[in-house]
Amino acid sequence: MAELAVRCAGVSLRNPFLLASGVWGESGESLAGAWNAGAGGVITKSIGSAVRPGYPNPTIETYEHWGLLNAMGLPNPGIDEYPREIEIARKAGATVIGSIFAGDAEEFARLAVRMAATGVVALELNLSCPHAEGFGTEVGGTPGDVEKVVRAVTKVVTIPVIAKITPNTGDPAGLALAAERGGAAAVSAINTLRAIAIDVHLRRPVLSHGLGGLSGRAVKPVGLACVWQIFEKVKIPVIGVGGIASAQDALEYVMAGACALEVGTQVTFDGVQVFGTLARDLSRLLDELGFSRVEDAVGVAHRTGSAPPDGSPRPLR
Amino acid sequence: MRSVVAVTERVVETPSTVTLRFPYPAAVDPGQFVMLWLPGDDELPMSLSYTDGPSKGVTIKAMGETTLRAQSIRTGDRVGVRGPYGNHFDTSPKRVLIVSGGSGAAALAPAAGRARAAGSSVTVALGATRAAELLFRERFRAMGARVEVATDDGSEGTKGFVTAVAERLLSSEPFDAVWTCGPEVMMKKVIVAAKARSVPVFCSMERHMKCALGMCDACAIGPYHVCVDGPVFPAPRIENLSDFAAFHRDSSGRRVPL
Repeated sequence: MAELAVRCAGVSLRNPFLLASGVWGESGESLAGAWNAGAGGVITKSIGSAVRPGYPNPTIETYEHWGLLNAMGLPNPGIDEYPREIEIARKAGATVIGSIFAGDAEEFARLAVRMAATGVVALELNLSCPHAEGFGTEVGGTPGDVEKVVRAVTKVVTIPVIAKITPNTGDPAGLALAAERGGAAAVSAINTLRAIAIDVHLRRPVLSHGLGGLSGRAVKPVGLACVWQIFEKVKIPVIGVGGIASAQDALEYVMAGACALEVGTQVTFDGVQVFGTLARDLSRLLDELGFSRVEDAVGVAHRTGSAPPDGSPRPLR
Repeated sequence: MRSVVAVTERVVETPSTVTLRFPYPAAVDPGQFVMLWLPGDDELPMSLSYTDGPSKGVTIKAMGETTLRAQSIRTGDRVGVRGPYGNHFDTSPKRVLIVSGGSGAAALAPAAGRARAAGSSVTVALGATRAAELLFRERFRAMGARVEVATDDGSEGTKGFVTAVAERLLSSEPFDAVWTCGPEVMMKKVIVAAKARSVPVFCSMERHMKCALGMCDACAIGPYHVCVDGPVFPAPRIENLSDFAAFHRDSSGRRVPL
């Protein structure tokens, strides 16, 4: 069986599949549940400085299993309350990455120190929520902003910092480069695609916030393209996110350059059991294709003219 | 699956509860819920209080501003209905005891109807603050269920908690299952009383909900999500959880004591 353990952004993971932020991350028991089901690590809900209820319902529009539209509005109990949930997950043995969001670089830095103190192995900066006024994309939409926030955070914490960047821009690789300049250990891509749903009978948007973010299978090719472009530009590792529903989806991301993967929407459809399935299936698929380690497949699609692996593929980096 | 429907009937059941009926042809089982969208306002998880036939219904208890606005919906107004979601009661047991507190009867009445239609005997311990608030008393009676009442103020039936009525019934008669819905402290007492007589208990749980799909974690209870693992839980799954009858999560995910 091919080796699934990876080291990405300075963090050792038992397999590359991470629970994506925003899914199942409000309670410590839920984080522990994803870990116990076989996730390689879990990323918390994005936590802010203060209690935030999020938007009123409807916060979600459902489709057939090709996608999901949401505008939760970054609900979270705030950094004063949340550490007890992290503690529950850590006691279960989970590798926990703390996601944070803030309105500017200074607030990010203050929050990062608090989150790091909870014992998380890394931070993921939410620079990419597409539907929260004053947060997410609004503080991470330009290379200058990304670099400023990442630099402010990396100055004050010693654990690895991952910048989650937006696809809702003409140049996601430019944002990733900015994160690298700011000292990020890795970038994760993508967050949701800005999207909307309209009810024709009521002649109004479905979500209370109007605009939301699209996730799930529909966004996979977009995420892959972002990871592909980012991998060609930066030296730091890339974490692939967006519509991963099967081992093949996962391997596509890996071959495009991802060293780890986040899974969110598929957890909604399949439950956390999806982590066990993905890990088992990816190991088998790697065996079939002649890879002995997932790390050996990272970025191989970029090697122009490379022959099919002969059993001893050379890692790209 | 989401649809927009016009409300066909509005019934004031008690001073604090209103039923809205609407066409909704999807097959539904008793215990399941829908997300009821009040356009331009909010979307609420509501147990279906009418599950059989093409016209379904929800019974809304006045809890706060949003539920008051939901109660003010009129016949002809359009609402969104998303669902049906969640699991349901197994209505096969032959001798059923229902223990209902307050608006809990909304989730329990259709299950009682199915059980009666299948020839089971149904006894209802129906609790409310006062006589006027006894929800679906006549509906239960009309389906051939025996109804034993408790009110906090003694204005009808036994004065005090409905759990006292449930304990009396459990100690004097055999039952194959207990179905309960209402305040969690009440359900916890029901579990203890039934356990002493080895009668299995099924609890219909209520939590704040947003997605109803098992994503947002708002309705997390222990390792479960009420929206997809419930809302009906066999007692052994929940009775020892630290959340049960102790706290729920508000819109932010913060723990709030019950």
